Amino acid sequence: MQLTLWTYEGPPHIGAMRVATAMTGLHYVLHAPQGDTYADLLFTMIERRDARPPVTYTTFRAQDLGRDTAELFKTSVAAAYARFQPQAMIVGASCTAELIQDDPGGLAKALDLPIPVIPLELPAYQKKENWGASETFYRLVRALAGAPTPRPAREPNRRPLCNILGPTALGFRHRDDLIEIRRLLDRIGIDVNVVAPLGASPADLGRLKDADFNVVLYPETARSAAEYLKKSFGQPFTKEVPLGVGATNRFVAEVAALAGVDPAPILDGPGSRLPWYSRSVDSTYLTAKRVFVFGDATHAIGIARMAARELGFTVVGLGTYSREFAREVRAEAAEHGIEALITDDYLDVESAIRAAAPELVLGTQMERHVAKRLGIPCAVISAPVHVQDFPARYAPQMGFEGANVLFDTLVHPLMMGLEEHLLGMFREDPEFHDGVGPSHLGGTARAVAATVAPAVTEAAPILLDEPVTITTAPWAPEAEKELKKIPFFVRGKARSNTEKFARERRLPLITLETLYDAKAHYGR
Amino acid sequence: MNAPVPPPVACGGIDLHQEHGQRAVFCGLTGIVWLHRKIQDAFFLVVGSRTCAHLIQSAAGVMIFAEPRFATAIIDERDLAGIADANEELDRVVTRLIERRPDIKLLFLVGSCPSEVIKLDLSRAAQRLSGRLAPVRVLNYSGSGIETTFTQGEDACLAALVPELPRAPAEAAPSLLIVGALADVVEDQFLRIFSAMGIADVRFLPARRAGAMPAVGRNTRYLLAQPFLADTARALHERGARRLAAPFPLGTEGTTGWLRAAAEAFGIDDVTFAAATAAGRARSETALAPHREKLAGKRVFFFPDSQLEVPLARFLARELGVDLVEVGTPYLHRAHLAAEIEMLPAGTRVTEGQSLDDQMDRCRAARPDLTVCGLGLANPLEAEGLSTKWSIELLFTPVQGYEQAGDLAELFARPLRRRALLEV
Repeated sequence: MQLTLWTYEGPPHIGAMRVATAMTGLHYVLHAPQGDTYADLLFTMIERRDARPPVTYTTFRAQDLGRDTAELFKTSVAAAYARFQPQAMIVGASCTAELIQDDPGGLAKALDLPIPVIPLELPAYQKKENWGASETFYRLVRALAGAPTPRPAREPNRRPLCNILGPTALGFRHRDDLIEIRRLLDRIGIDVNVVAPLGASPADLGRLKDADFNVVLYPETARSAAEYLKKSFGQPFTKEVPLGVGATNRFVAEVAALAGVDPAPILDGPGSRLPWYSRSVDSTYLTAKRVFVFGDATHAIGIARMAARELGFTVVGLGTYSREFAREVRAEAAEHGIEALITDDYLDVESAIRAAAPELVLGTQMERHVAKRLGIPCAVISAPVHVQDFPARYAPQMGFEGANVLFDTLVHPLMMGLEEHLLGMFREDPEFHDGVGPSHLGGTARAVAATVAPAVTEAAPILLDEPVTITTAPWAPEAEKELKKIPFFVRGKARSNTEKFARERRLPLITLETLYDAKAHYGR
Repeated sequence: MNAPVPPPVACGGIDLHQEHGQRAVFCGLTGIVWLHRKIQDAFFLVVGSRTCAHLIQSAAGVMIFAEPRFATAIIDERDLAGIADANEELDRVVTRLIERRPDIKLLFLVGSCPSEVIKLDLSRAAQRLSGRLAPVRVLNYSGSGIETTFTQGEDACLAALVPELPRAPAEAAPSLLIVGALADVVEDQFLRIFSAMGIADVRFLPARRAGAMPAVGRNTRYLLAQPFLADTARALHERGARRLAAPFPLGTEGTTGWLRAAAEAFGIDDVTFAAATAAGRARSETALAPHREKLAGKRVFFFPDSQLEVPLARFLARELGVDLVEVGTPYLHRAHLAAEIEMLPAGTRVTEGQSLDDQMDRCRAARPDLTVCGLGLANPLEAEGLSTKWSIELLFTPVQGYEQAGDLAELFARPLRRRALLEV
């Protein structure tokens, strides 16, 4: 048993729902108890969908368990077919139905419906949402893409054709990433055959094999299916995820090579505003800002790379809740000289953030709240997210416009360079004293921020990792006074460095000397 | 699915139907979201799956970040391999939890569908842990979807509390117990009115703290503040307490009827009663008047959700003049709702249970002016051009009593006002 308050991912059948809801002409019959229909509101509320997800639940209750839940399942499948007339169906069990072992696949098969009915095995006690989405998409592709055939050579006069794989319902910025990537492909003369699962019908999956190659936007949901398509139809697929300017350029080069076209129209074109914005002098203050990145593997890797190489941040923490992609995240963390954090326990993430003392947190909704509690600026870069991160405006993460969006997203929570400079210069003035937080943090957060240093010991609600209690030497009054002269936005770091320095040397008192000894020591 | 609809059942003057099929409702676990706010030193530990944790996370919204006193012990493969292990695991999780939260005085082990299906004996676990963790009390109830619908989770929780309540002495003076979680502000308003009537000993179940739960005995008279408390009422009856039949305190008329039931039981004369309630009634009437103009004649359709539907429909029909198209309820407790059923307009269609797609067909065909439904249905119906009022808000917002009558009407009037305002 695992004590859990917040979960980064839902159970695997939620992943299956994300695929079913993304598609058209597909219906999902889920053997599930009453109450599991709560999942509908993720789609109707968070993503603001204007129709119910195409899911029928058996909603069995205790009195049904004594009778025949298998019969209830068959009746539900038959009724859903009669009412919705889908091109294909997927059937499966949620966690409780998995325990009662009714075999949805076999039961649906016995009905002998005139459409493909694809059974899903989603082990609810081992796997989670993203795995469920990936497995569902893979099963659909396997069942509907047709018999494996070698890929015929492309006709000479036809434009290269690709599929775009991975966007789903409830995906973080999937809607706009897709628009951005389609635009890029079109500019170098590549046509899109099928986008799946988002917007595809079961019949469309039967046309996947007509493409020359596949573009994998979100490996978490589409890599298994892409590997199957490679094996069955010889379609290569892209490995680069176009998050940031560099990755977008590499992605364009990779796609152009796969399609046999010239990437120059894009690579020589105007591109993103990010490079100039990042070089402009106002951005100098971003240099080596300490940033902590956590999210799904794809976004964590892509954005950590971009933060370091395109914004000049120092990545002091990198982690993911996607255990399936732990290897890739570890490799990226090694590039930054740190160790990756692979966990789905937000308390571990919270203590890692405390320990790393970053100046900016990039994460999910949960990291946003952790950062708020600690008074650290933060931006959301990955699912899970609340309703505000399904915005009305155009807000991709991928491609050049995505890089523009990311520049703004990552920089705005920080103080603008000029603002920070002025606050440092006039810090003794009543308007700018260190008790006044930056306006975007509500003006009061700074008092909390000052306690990011070990001074903070109040435990989180069910903090399983007790803060280590090591006695820290007291501060001599004149050292304390001197500390106050250090600009407040680096003071927390100065305090923790000095205290660490004193602890390591078992000093009885932190004096003026200790403060500057520590500064010299860590400034090397 | 699409099971044949049984013929209407006679029940008062209403047109009662029962329906079976797919249900779009929350399970009883959802009750935790408001119960943990009410009992300030209780912790709710769901023993369930990742689905349960995800459900509470989705239902609690941003509340999940406000250091809530609930969590899920997620059953994994190893627990499923052998039940004995699951008990040890549970003890380990609970012991750790209590060590970390020394402020917790009452721990609820909340059963879920998975824990019920594998027959994990949470009542024995609660007994075992109560002994080990004393003075922390450990109780259990089930909030599973297979047994409970939405607000029935509160019923199951309160019913688990009843055997634990202190015994009131046999010779004690009659006392009044209000049963059902109410907002603190509403409790305080009612206390003032009862006090003005001269009923001094009024207690609430649940109390705000675990150590302050009310005593109960043969001289306890109780008023249900909520319509979904069947098991709690049964448990109170077994302790010798007696229910005062009344409508529910929604709207002027409901509140007055509810207060009058107490006044009659405690022998309060009409003059005192009128004096204690006059000001509240007048304010309630004043607050309702502007909403009546907007809502009168509007056609309203209720999907089943909380069992509050019948009293709400009664309030809307009688005090605001709406026409009721259909009143869906997940469960109709005929005895507790007798006064409400009596007051519903004759011939009102009441549907107990649900077959979702059939009910949506009826709703679309009727094209009501306002549809009261859950959040999984609201946006899809809005997109079809139907105005909706999402029903969960009726549980989280203080709506009972005179002072809230206007707010309650406003909840229904607001979607219509908004629709009229929008030009795009």
